[in-house]
Amino acid sequence: MSAETTSTPVASLAGLDNLELGPQPGREFLRGNSAKLLGGLWPKVLAIVIVLGIWELVYLSNYKPHDIFPGPATVLPNLWHQAQHYQLWQAIGTTLRRAVLGFALALVIGSVIGALVSRIKPLRAAIGSLITGLQTMPSIAWFPFAIIFFGLNNSAIMFVIVLGAAPSIANGLIAGVDYTPPLLLRAGKTMGLRGIALYRHLILPASLPTFVAGLKQGWAFAWRSLMAGELLVIIAGSSSIGVLLSNDQNQADMASAMSIMIVILVLGIAVDALFGGLDRTIRRRRGLAGPAVGT
Amino acid sequence: MSVTQRGFTAPRAPGGVRSVEQSSGSSRPSARAAGAGSAAGGPAIELTGVSKVYGKGRTSLLALDNVSLSVAEGEFVCLIGASGCGKSTMLSLVAGLDTPTSGQVCTGGRRVTLIFQEPALFPWLTAARNVELALRTRGVPKQQRRSRTAELLEAVHLDGFGGKRPHELSGGMRQRVAMARALAQDADVLLMDEPFGALDAMTRDLLHEELDRICTERALTVLFVTHNVREAGRLGDRVIVLSSRPGRVIEEVKVGVPHPRRIDSPEIAEVGAHLTSLLREEMASHVR
Repeated sequence: MSAETTSTPVASLAGLDNLELGPQPGREFLRGNSAKLLGGLWPKVLAIVIVLGIWELVYLSNYKPHDIFPGPATVLPNLWHQAQHYQLWQAIGTTLRRAVLGFALALVIGSVIGALVSRIKPLRAAIGSLITGLQTMPSIAWFPFAIIFFGLNNSAIMFVIVLGAAPSIANGLIAGVDYTPPLLLRAGKTMGLRGIALYRHLILPASLPTFVAGLKQGWAFAWRSLMAGELLVIIAGSSSIGVLLSNDQNQADMASAMSIMIVILVLGIAVDALFGGLDRTIRRRRGLAGPAVGT
Repeated sequence: MSVTQRGFTAPRAPGGVRSVEQSSGSSRPSARAAGAGSAAGGPAIELTGVSKVYGKGRTSLLALDNVSLSVAEGEFVCLIGASGCGKSTMLSLVAGLDTPTSGQVCTGGRRVTLIFQEPALFPWLTAARNVELALRTRGVPKQQRRSRTAELLEAVHLDGFGGKRPHELSGGMRQRVAMARALAQDADVLLMDEPFGALDAMTRDLLHEELDRICTERALTVLFVTHNVREAGRLGDRVIVLSSRPGRVIEEVKVGVPHPRRIDSPEIAEVGAHLTSLLREEMASHVR
């Protein structure tokens, strides 16, 4: 039982630290990343090939006349052809501009409402369930109201996008604030965090993952509302994805319509991937990420 | 092997000259016991007739019943008791996170901070940023924060790990970051709620030495809650044994074992055995 081992504790502690942390990752992460990317790519390619295969089979089965249900061999060249023309890109530009503007508006309004509702108890009792109610209401049901109220113009579309997306964003923030771990709140209060500082340094960062989930959902609602809006609210002289789709319907041009649908799908997936990346970055930084699955 | 004396003891000499006192105050080397600047010798923590009731009416629960306790400046006091003895309630009251139903809690304006069983670090901040936030909340100017953070991480032997996020650290390391964060608050009184309860014995043993050293260096007053009788004996100058439902002080055990102590030494085992028998008696009294 010798007590004359005064230098060992520190050494043991440092040794234990190294043991517990295990081997540190080296500089091979770049190589690892590209391998991961390729590894995540082949299931997607395979999925696309399978979908195209089924499509082609249905087409070959002559279930419908070929001009009503064209196969990939007609639609893909059509898409390629449209992609060579300015009109499609201009339409994408218009639509994306509306989407970004509408979503930004929804972000501001949803965040303000979410912040107020999470903070003020009577307000929560008053409109907390109303927000969820709005969220479940199909946005297309708002269009008659919006068209009569605003007329056939951009404002009607924006109005419906905001109504579609803002409730999800507000709910995301409210849930995030509600689920701030009580232990962290206790720790924050012991540290002397109060009022605005408590929000800035603890509650807002703690609610970020839930908030981003709300943003992601809000985006999905905004994108759907926008597509519905562009089909219903045709504004003279402006070309948008909805207008192109509507024109194709009027001309019974199925190949072009399906091309546009592919464009809509791809845009939706691309933006969702953006939010997914943001979400994963936040989770990884907090050690919440599960095993990396390529998306 | 040990020198028994009354009154305050001299600082621990290098090479392990130890001194003990059996009667009052601290068996630790004490710049702190000597007054350490503040509040002229008054107790650092004083609870007078403190009761705490949770809830109202028939469902109300008396968590603490007329507890009086005084912890001297620089003293290390452990609270031990079975479940439901109101240990955590007591810490919340001293920390000012809760108010007593009756009685008084006085810390004489000292800065008090709390360390939990979970490190409760903010997962979105690195270890260094966690410590820095505490400095910032305290109003330390920006230019000084970085160097102060480095010092504090060094104090818990985590220099070089400041850039790591909590999830990249082991449980023991996280608890040390939490300690550094508590030290950043420049508290005079450290309240610890089973801080090492979730750690393995090896890590706990090393952290006991860390805590011993830090408390000595910084002249801290500590109120330390634990379930572990040996841990109480290993760390405490005094161990307060509490009864359960409601919590009352049933016994005070002064630990006269000299420093440095080892948790596996026969002296500590003896203290532990004594505490265990006290706790068993208390538990037996709850048989219906």
